[in-house]
Formats: sequence, structure tokens, C-alpha cells
Amino acid sequence: MIENLEYIGMVLAIMLALVLIAAGLIWLERRMLALWQDRYGPNRVGPFGVLQVTADMIKIFFKEDWIPRFADKKVFVVAPAIVMITILLSFAIVPFSPSIGVVDLNIGILFFLAMSSLGAYSVVLAGWASNNKYSLLGAMRGSAQMISYEVFMGLSLMGVVILTGSFNMRDIVLAQRGVWFVIPQFVGFIIFFIAGIAEAHRLPFDIPEAESELVAGYHSEYSGMKFGMFFVGEYLGITLISALITTLFFGGWLGFHFLPPIVWFLIKMFGFILVFILLRASLPRLRYDQLMSLGWKILLPLSLVNILITGAIVLYLNNR
Amino acid sequence: MTDIVTILDHTFPGCILNIQHTKDDFPTLWIKPDHIVQVLRFLKTGVDESYKMLYDLTAIDEQARTHRPDQPESRFTVVYQLLSFERNAFLRLKVPLAAAEPVLPSVTSVWPAANWYEREVYDLFGIRFTGHPHLKRILMPDTWVGHPLQKCHPARATEMTPYQLPENKQETEQLSMQFKPEEWGLDSTLGDDDLLFLNLGPQHPGTHGILRLVVQLDGENIMNIVPDIGFHHRGAEKMGERQSWHSYIPYTDRVEYLGGVMNNFPYVMAVEKLAGITVPDRAKVIRIMLSELFRISSHLVWYGTFAQDLGMMTPVFLTFNDREKVLDIIAAICGARMHPNWFRIGGVAQELPKGWEGLIQSFIDYFPKRLTEYDNLVMKNSIFKARTIGIGVYSTEEAIEWGITGPGLRATGMDWDFRKKQPYSGYEQFEFDIPIGQNGDCYDRAKVRVEELRQSLRIVQQCLHNMPEGPYKSDHPLTTPPVKERTLHDIETLIHHFLNVTWGPVIPPGEAFCGIEATKGHNGYYLISDGNTNSYRTRIRTPSFPHLQFVPTISTGYTLPDLMAILGATDYVLSDVDR
Repeated sequence: MIENLEYIGMVLAIMLALVLIAAGLIWLERRMLALWQDRYGPNRVGPFGVLQVTADMIKIFFKEDWIPRFADKKVFVVAPAIVMITILLSFAIVPFSPSIGVVDLNIGILFFLAMSSLGAYSVVLAGWASNNKYSLLGAMRGSAQMISYEVFMGLSLMGVVILTGSFNMRDIVLAQRGVWFVIPQFVGFIIFFIAGIAEAHRLPFDIPEAESELVAGYHSEYSGMKFGMFFVGEYLGITLISALITTLFFGGWLGFHFLPPIVWFLIKMFGFILVFILLRASLPRLRYDQLMSLGWKILLPLSLVNILITGAIVLYLNNR
Repeated sequence: MTDIVTILDHTFPGCILNIQHTKDDFPTLWIKPDHIVQVLRFLKTGVDESYKMLYDLTAIDEQARTHRPDQPESRFTVVYQLLSFERNAFLRLKVPLAAAEPVLPSVTSVWPAANWYEREVYDLFGIRFTGHPHLKRILMPDTWVGHPLQKCHPARATEMTPYQLPENKQETEQLSMQFKPEEWGLDSTLGDDDLLFLNLGPQHPGTHGILRLVVQLDGENIMNIVPDIGFHHRGAEKMGERQSWHSYIPYTDRVEYLGGVMNNFPYVMAVEKLAGITVPDRAKVIRIMLSELFRISSHLVWYGTFAQDLGMMTPVFLTFNDREKVLDIIAAICGARMHPNWFRIGGVAQELPKGWEGLIQSFIDYFPKRLTEYDNLVMKNSIFKARTIGIGVYSTEEAIEWGITGPGLRATGMDWDFRKKQPYSGYEQFEFDIPIGQNGDCYDRAKVRVEELRQSLRIVQQCLHNMPEGPYKSDHPLTTPPVKERTLHDIETLIHHFLNVTWGPVIPPGEAFCGIEATKGHNGYYLISDGNTNSYRTRIRTPSFPHLQFVPTISTGYTLPDLMAILGATDYVLSDVDR
């Protein structure tokens, strides 16, 4: 009984921590962007403006929960919940440290891939239910982007799976005790990273919400807390992709002994989050068809070749 | 007798009613209304060293004019201004129209660019053009009563009856806003595919101002675009007929609001032509220096926002910071940032402040490094290149056909810069290059502007090192306001000053056009004086108007994201389009 309570406590703590990290990221991103763009960023609420997010959240909570008359009400409400739920569920398989983690699924990677596929529905449904042409165009782009990227996102991870011989995330971390997978699986890492950016709709792949073309894309009609969910969902997505890159390619919690494992994990994860922010500060947006052709014509064949070569080497080493 | 006059007289005997002398010395010919289309087609295609560009098309309401020596009887006059690149000369053709409800054949068959110009003339003067594909109001709302630039139309709200909106009127207004594709000249279907009409604007982050584009989409491919302009129309030309010659200068600042004093430039030069004022050298160089500073400021706004259109977030903050440095210098010299209203008829408003050299020198030292940084950030970025190379391509011929000037023309490989070709205000004494492109795509247009930033800096540097001594204002009696030393000495100078300031100067009757190479292209003022304290007709020919008209032609066949690149690379300002 007490064990169960402890477990529930840990799950809730992880969830709370994740939402807090995502909210904190909004502040972090705005400050970092400001730093790179010769301006101040939010610096009024609390020390260094940290409480800006709190202020925004209070505002967003008290906003009228408005649904456009022309929208498909039920779907309109469900769509933002889907993005939050699928991303939070994906975190269940992430091993933050030897002792912290929600479940130890032996199909960990497949679970994440399944959840990210479900996440695509949030964009499609939001765009469709808004009954707005800009939202619809955004949803169309979003679904096309996700469908094409899911394919080689999964394939890019197979190299890691071949090397480990398991879909289990903890096994994958433990298999990196000798050398991090970023070295033998460098191509896989690059492809997964690119697919991850596309998955999180971040620049240069923020095509479904390209503000200079589609106003705000699939969430043009959203306001108040429902918009807030898309917004926090985006930052949760960044956190998730960074956590996965850390786990799959950079040895997860592994590190030197002077710091506890969870700290190593967080250091690596925040490093990748900063890379995401830096990308946003420095790159323009690709066009929709350029993104698709990059995906199908370059990254997909590349990930297949990567699997072939990894498989061949593993076979060769095993049979020697 | 100019050469072209003889040729025309020979080819179309009797078509020339009269030859008018104007202060700008352009050949100005009065043509019979029924000959005009043939004459224009001949001038465009038939004659050697032809007049390839329809530079401007406008009209004059002659009903209140008193000084019209040796001009044919006319109630409305339609004015065509053509430009020949081979001759490096303008030609003005005027057509008299006698009737109160005048009609003239359309020249859209000769120049497609005449489309919007004729719509504008119809909208503002009520002149109908037969054979025009889509003669409809362009600047005023569809429900507007009357034609604003007619002399009988009131210029102020106080001259009109109070505004009321009864229910039936409200209904008509509402109905007129309903979107019917046919009224816009759009086909609602194309084959078996259902097409999507996307209403882009008037409020949209990608249009840089209140511009509405009705886009017909097949998926994301653009089948057709119809721009809807006029949301920024403030009646600048009508105000020119109301304000005194002097007090109109601040209005010009706001016509192309990124250009600041660059807008004063053609206006005051046109007035000076009419008045016969020679501007002292120092004033000339000061004018050039400030104009080039404003070119830098305007191009910096373009640079940042263009990158932003393509999804880049950072450049806009960096370029706006640099622009602020330019505006600080401008504010130190003129006392205001964006609309300093600083040129005067006969010179500039004030002497340069003490220490101006230091301000400019520090900017000259600072800026080139930043430009290199932007090159690395934007121009060399491979995604930026992928988004702009080969997008919105047009050739030199097309550009000339549609009245494109400025960087948009130079990007096609034609080195046509009015600062070099028809130097004004002493530009011939400066050393600078004309950057050109080769392909006429969005990337080349960007490249030309970026290089122009460097060239403008060179000009500013030369102004700094070679600023002549002398007065900053002419001592001509029509200089407004007069130089201080020439006022308040005796009764003569006192009265002169008093009249000049209260009534404004009386400019002798005549007509003059003056144009400059502005930030966006060639900007010209065509002024008609009837010997009064205000202008009889102020025509502002802005570059953004034809440039925006060209956008649908160059964007069909591309996709929606490309449209943003094309709009950004066109670099228009909505106030410049609508005036």
C-alpha cells in the first residue's frame, strides 16, 4: 500500500516537474532569445522576470473561455487536450535516473512512437474544428509533415535498437556505459534530431503555424487556457525530444560520480533545449514542399542505409 | 521642335493639337482623344528608341483653372507620362476632354500597367475608359458618392453634410462588403477542382500594412490574386490643393513613411523649378546626405522584415537597432525621427548642428561590420537562399512593361538609377556604384538592396568629407520661410516675411515634374501652379503603386509561402500605394 502511494507520489511529482519545466522554458526561451537579439526580454515580474510565466498563466486562466460559434465544439475542446495527454504519456517511458521513471516498458520506443503519432491528431482536429481557412491550411501542412516525419523518425531509432537488442529505454541507457550511441549512431542521431524538430513544430519546421503566412496556423482560433495548452504542449514537446535524445544517444543519466545521475540527465537535456532555442533564433523557415522532399528524398533513404549498415556490422561482429 | 514631335506629326498628321511649354522642359504634346491609343502604341513599339515605360497616367480637372495660355479647351485633361530608356527622356501627352461625363478609350491593350492607373483616374475624376477590363473604384469605397479630385468635391469633412448611418445605408454598406468572386474578376471554379478563396488581410502579419489580397488557391498553389488597396488612402493629392506650397511639405513626409525627408525632396525640387529658385550647394549636399541616411534606414526596415517574412526571427531586432542609430543622427540634425519635415522651398530648415560630423563618422565606422554580420546571418543562409532563389522571377522587359523602377528593375540586370542617369541636386559629383542583379528573382532584389546600403554609406561619407561652406537656404524671394537675415530689417523685409509666412508664397503659374530615385523606386511630383498660394494639382507618382500591381503577375504559379517572399522582396509601403 505504502509502495503504491510512493509510486503515485513519484508519478505526480514527475508530471508536476515536467509542467513546471515546460512553463519555465517559456521564460528561458524569451530571455535567451532576447540575449541573442540585443534586447532585454521579460525582466519586470520577479527576479530576472522569472515570474512572468506565472503572471501570464494567471491572465490566461481568467480569460473568457471562448469558442467560436462556427467551430465544431466538441472536437475544438478535445484537440488541445490530446497534445498535452500524448506528450505527458510519452514521458512515462523516459528513465530520468536509475530510480526515477514511471514505467519500465519493454517496448519503450514503440510506445513513444505510438504516442507521437496520436499527437498528430491534435493538430489535424484543431485545424478542422476551427472551421477557419488558415487553420485548415495549417492542419493540412501539420498532418503531411507529421506523417512523413514519423516514418524515418522510427527508422532512425532502429540503429540504436539493433545495437542494444532491446526496445527498453533502461536497457538502451545501460548499453551506453562503454560509448554513447551518438558515436556509432551519428547518422541516426542527426536524423532523429531533425525529425524531432519537425515533431515539435519548431523553427525551421514550424510550418503548420507559420505566422507570416498563416497568422497562427492550426491554433488561430484558440484563446485562453485552450491556447495555453497548445503553448505549453509545444514546450513539453521540446522537453520530450531533448529527453529522448539524451536517453537514446547521450547516455541518459550516465556521467561521472561527483554528481547524482538525475543532475547529469537534466544537464544534458537542458543543453539540447538550448540548441532548440538557438535554432529558433538563427534560422528561417523552410517551405512545406522543401521540407517534404528533404524528408522523403534524403532523410528516409539515409535512415534505411543507416539500418542496413548497422545491421551488417552487428551481424558480422556476432558471427566472427 | 523636338525630334519626337516631328516624327509624330509625320506619322499621324493632325494628331497634335498643341505643344505646351512646361517648366520641366519635357516635350508636352496635346493629342486628339481619338488618336491617343494609336499614338501610344506607336510610341511604345513603332518608333526608334521607343518609349517603353508608361511612367504615369493621371488627370487634371481644369474647371477652376485661370492660367491656361495656349492650351486647347478642356474640361478634364488626361495626362500620360512616358519614359524612354534609350533616349533617357520623358514625354508627356495630354488629351483634352470636353464633356462633363468624359469617356476615353483604354490603353490597357498597349500597357497592362495602365489598368490600375485608369481605375484610379476613374475613381478620383469620374473619367470612364472604354474597353477597360475591370473599371471599378480602386482607392475609394464602392459606395462612395462623387469623385474626390474633381474641383467641386469638398476637401474637408466640415464642408460636407454631417455623416449619418441610417439602417438602409448600413445595409447597403454591409452588402457591398460581401465577397462575390465574379465582381473581382475571379472564376469560382477551374475545371473539376474546387478552389479555395483565401482572404489575406487587410490585417495580416505578412502584408506589412493594411493591404487585402484575395488569393485563389489550389491546395497551396496560387492560381490567382486580386489585391484590394485603398485602406491607407488619405487624399494626399487633394490636400495638396488645399495646403499652401509651404505647409504641404509635412504631408509629403508621410506619403512613403519610411523615406522621411526623401519625400520632401522631389516636392521641393518641383516647386523650386516652378519658382525658378537655385539652391545653394551646401543645401544640396545636406539634402543628399539626409536622403541617403533615410535610404539606409528604410532598407534596414526592409532587411529585417523581409527576413521575418521568411520565418527568421532575429534580424528584425538587429536591423531595427541599427536603424535607431540612423534615426538618432537624423533626430540630432532635424529634431524628429521618422517624419522630420526638414526640407524647405529653397533649401533646408536649419544649419547642421555642431558636432554632426562626429555622429556621422561614428556611424560610418560602426555600420560596415554589422552589414557583414547580416550577410552571414541572412544572405548566406542556405534556407534563405532556397526560399528566395528562383522565386518571383521577371525579366527586364516585363519590369519595364509594368512600370517597375528602383531595385526591382536593377535586380533584372538593368543598371538604371536616376541618380546616375538623370542626376539631380548634384548627385553627378558623387562616386558610387549601381548594384545590379542578373536573374530578377527575390534573392537578387535582396542582394541589390543590401549592396545599396553600402553605396549609400559611401555617399554619406563623401558628404561628410566634402560638405561645402555657404548658406543653407537660397536668398531667392520665394524661399519659404525667408532666411532670417533677410527679415525684420525694414518694412520691405517685414512685409515680405509676413506674407510669406501667413499666406504662403505665391508660385508663378506653370507645370513642373520632378522625380528622384527614392528608397522603393522612382518617386515623382507633378505640380501645376495656377499662380496661387497653393497648388492647382499635385500628382504624386509613387513607385509602390505599379510594384504592387505587378505582384499578381509574378506570384501566380508559386505557393502561399512564396507569396510572402515576393511581397517582402517587392518592398512596398501601403501609404505609398494609396497616398
